[in-house]
Amino acid sequence: MGLLSDPHCRRALSRLVLRLNTPLCTLSYVAGLGWFLALAFQPLAPRTYMSENAMGSTMVEEQFLFGERALSYAREFAGHKKKAGGMPVAWLEKTMWNLGLEVHRQPFSRTLPFPDETRERYMVKGTNVYGILRAPRAASTESLVLSVPCSEGPHNNQAVGLMLALASYFRGQIYWAKDIIFLVNEHDLLGMEAWLEAYHDVNITEVRSSGTLGRAGAIQAAIALELSSDVITSFDVAVEGLNGQLPNLDLLNLFHAFCQKNGLLCTIQGKLQRSDWDSLPAYAHSLQTLLLMVLAQASGRPHGDHGLFLRYRIEAITLRGINSFRQYKYDMTTVGKTLEGMFRKLNNLLERLHQSYFFYLLPSLSRFVSIGVYMPAFGFLILESRPGLLALVPPLLICHAAGLALYFLPVLGQHVATQHFPVSESEAVVLTVIAIYVAGMALPHNTHRVLAGGGSDRGWMTLKLLALLYLAVQLGCLALLNFSLGFLLAATMVPAAAAVQPNGPKVLLAVLLVLATPAVTLLLGIFLQRELVEAPAAVAEGWQLFLAAVAEGLLQHHLYGSLLFPFLALCAYPCWLLLWNVLFWK
Amino acid sequence: MAAPLVLVVLVAVTVRAVLYRSSLAAFISERVEVASPLNAWKRVVEGLALLDLGVSPYSGAIFHETPLIIYLFHFLIEYAELVFMITDVLTAVALYLAIQDFNKVVFKKQKLLIELDKYAPDVAELIRTPMEMHYIPLKVALFYLLNPYTVMSCVAKSTCAINNTVIAFFILATIKGSAFLSAVFLALATYQSLYPLTLFAPALLYLLQRQFIPIKLKSKSFWLYTMQYAALYLCSLVVIICLSFFLLNSWDFIPSVYGFILSVPDLTPNIGLFWYFFAEMFEHFSLFFVCVFQINVFFYTIPLAIKLKEHPVFFMFVQIAIISIFKSYPTVGDVALYMAFLPVWSHLYRFLRNIFILSCVLIVCSLLFPVLWHLWIYAGSANSNFYYAITLTFNIGQILLVSDYFYAFLRREYYLTHGLHLTRQDGTEAMLVLK
Repeated sequence: MGLLSDPHCRRALSRLVLRLNTPLCTLSYVAGLGWFLALAFQPLAPRTYMSENAMGSTMVEEQFLFGERALSYAREFAGHKKKAGGMPVAWLEKTMWNLGLEVHRQPFSRTLPFPDETRERYMVKGTNVYGILRAPRAASTESLVLSVPCSEGPHNNQAVGLMLALASYFRGQIYWAKDIIFLVNEHDLLGMEAWLEAYHDVNITEVRSSGTLGRAGAIQAAIALELSSDVITSFDVAVEGLNGQLPNLDLLNLFHAFCQKNGLLCTIQGKLQRSDWDSLPAYAHSLQTLLLMVLAQASGRPHGDHGLFLRYRIEAITLRGINSFRQYKYDMTTVGKTLEGMFRKLNNLLERLHQSYFFYLLPSLSRFVSIGVYMPAFGFLILESRPGLLALVPPLLICHAAGLALYFLPVLGQHVATQHFPVSESEAVVLTVIAIYVAGMALPHNTHRVLAGGGSDRGWMTLKLLALLYLAVQLGCLALLNFSLGFLLAATMVPAAAAVQPNGPKVLLAVLLVLATPAVTLLLGIFLQRELVEAPAAVAEGWQLFLAAVAEGLLQHHLYGSLLFPFLALCAYPCWLLLWNVLFWK
Repeated sequence: MAAPLVLVVLVAVTVRAVLYRSSLAAFISERVEVASPLNAWKRVVEGLALLDLGVSPYSGAIFHETPLIIYLFHFLIEYAELVFMITDVLTAVALYLAIQDFNKVVFKKQKLLIELDKYAPDVAELIRTPMEMHYIPLKVALFYLLNPYTVMSCVAKSTCAINNTVIAFFILATIKGSAFLSAVFLALATYQSLYPLTLFAPALLYLLQRQFIPIKLKSKSFWLYTMQYAALYLCSLVVIICLSFFLLNSWDFIPSVYGFILSVPDLTPNIGLFWYFFAEMFEHFSLFFVCVFQINVFFYTIPLAIKLKEHPVFFMFVQIAIISIFKSYPTVGDVALYMAFLPVWSHLYRFLRNIFILSCVLIVCSLLFPVLWHLWIYAGSANSNFYYAITLTFNIGQILLVSDYFYAFLRREYYLTHGLHLTRQDGTEAMLVLK
């Protein structure tokens, strides 16, 4: 109470804050960014360690020797896939049945809200096939999943082969205490969503499927495998799921431990860990990895089939086999041994993975940054609001109406647009989004004339205060749900938001504010991402990628319930419009 | 003045009707912040189903409403949405009328004190004018009807809305000076949720003031009136409880309603302070700490009664706020009731010191509740500590808000009698410090 009730102390404090407002804002912003940059510095990020007792030491003796069998399954599968022109459902069922699994199929269909041009699909029909290995030592109350997407063309055949070889080997072992589900899903994420919904008997998106017939208890963990070559040089692991959710760090630790045991190279974000840490290139390297993770998480897109499991509270990661130009290759047996080890460890779990961290950032695979360390960076960024008073309704309502229009119109209006303009449906949707977005900028700066006390200094100050508070609340909530997205938006929007006022150099501020709008952030994010993976994009390509990303964002929302698009349309964009309104107050 | 009130009511009813028809209704009614084990609509429906089957509704551990509520909805279950809309409107109208009357009394008292020269000479800017007081009743109705907390509570069909109505009628009856009706509604409110028992003190003080009976422990008329009011209150309470007994023909409801409120067996998370604390505690300490926690509601009544005996309505406001903070199963509907009173004290605005920070805290907390709930229950990445941290912040925000108002009120009273520009002995400007 001392600080709040003692008037002397209070007066001094508020005077201090008012006088040092600008330096304090700048200082906290710089401190926030500085803190974030420091996160990539190795000594700040502790080593990862296994928290779960049941998976403590890697004392499992892997005996998987059937790499050759995996490859022959893969070739057979490839042949049947080519013959069937899609997923060879009957062959898969027969093969799994012969291995002694309990086999089920699940047909599903889904009509997208508008055609997806990058993947060329609109009305999707497919079938998931899965086999359950019943555990001899337990009563089917818990299970693990190994899932493999059946993709178009020659991709992922080896993954199916390895899965079948593992299934046949696992079938002969007596130590299983959890059922193991071997799932081959068609149409990658769509099939995965259909299967997960059917398995949990819910229907949250509009996917139509016959319910699944066989269940195997609560799924404890899942591993999605993508493998397209007979030998691999390294494994890449993807952790970012839908809406930036992350799996428990222990699952990642488990994978890392087995990779080390079998001498496999493993990467995250496609980046290999460097052995040194005290040189500048090493720091730049881990910062690059960290930034890639932040961008990937901020996109809210599932980076692999595992991403949808996380919503059902199932810890999951995607493993991608990479075959690059490196000399030393690993065969299927080593890969199989790694997976076998992981499954045997997961089999030992006594309860859900809960010991380790859920909020983390990874500058490299063996180092992590925990929530306690990265939140201050965000806190400093947010600290930038100023004292004042509040009122004002019309601009708020109008800005939100614009947001609502942005949310609903594109998909509803696609047919109208295609009738009147020579564009395809998906182009129509994307262009409508951009058109409404830009049109919104012309809208609100007339609104304050409706107000009685409009035009005064007081008016814009209250509006600005309101907008700043609104922004701070939004970003605060967002940072808890998806730290990376919150951080990116804060880093871009906050300086512009704090600087904006109708009296200053208008053109400069307008440019600054336009640069801070979420759409431009997205565009810049795309360029930054390409820069970080060392494949810089040209302007035209970047623009194409931007359009694709907008369409993707909309699709992700309608197909899997990703929250990025509604958040931007309903919260961030109206808030930004308020600031725009402040700029053009006079 | 009636036309704006009607407009507000129409807007409020429209908002509620739209929300009832939207998909949000199901989401809101599941929220733990809105529906507690005591007043969740799901439980009312369960109790009704049991009653229809001829089983005592209290035979399970689900139903904790009073018998009168269950019989009310036994007849009105078809019109439940309408009932909740009407109770909200009734609450707002009752508060409107009560505050209108109260403002007249305040103004008259101020005039009297000015004529008697009780105020310091330089306090002209503190004197309240009819102009600023004119819209206060409307603002109170507006604050109650369009407060998001009330709207959510109504959409979730939390029976908290009915308790609020009873308390609002009690306030109306007290301010209108009807001792009988005041006692009856107080008894009903006590019967509904037990804690309004503490409102006995402010109501008594107000009625005494209205009858010009001096509040002195030695005066005979003071004791006579107190006994009279207490007897009225107790008689109506006994009548209501007996009525409940005859309705169900059993005393089951006493342990299942009042025992449930007092011993706090259900530790479902809510916006209160109890659940986390008792979930963590060893069983054999819990009785002691239940007593400690429950005393909080009753404990402040006597010191407040002594300090605020001249201002019973402000006392009532503080007491209602204390109930909603410290009760065992609080919901946002309870918070909405005392928030409706904030416009009445708008003249304290210049003395409030943390109102900006506190309103930010309350808004941020209200938004963080669902976010952290999502992280804890659905995403599985946070845990109960996160949610409890927000509960704690929310309650600290409320406590600071109430104490800010309390202090501002006392400061204004002090300035009124001692003059606005206080000087120290050495001639510099003095400042009031709360110690």
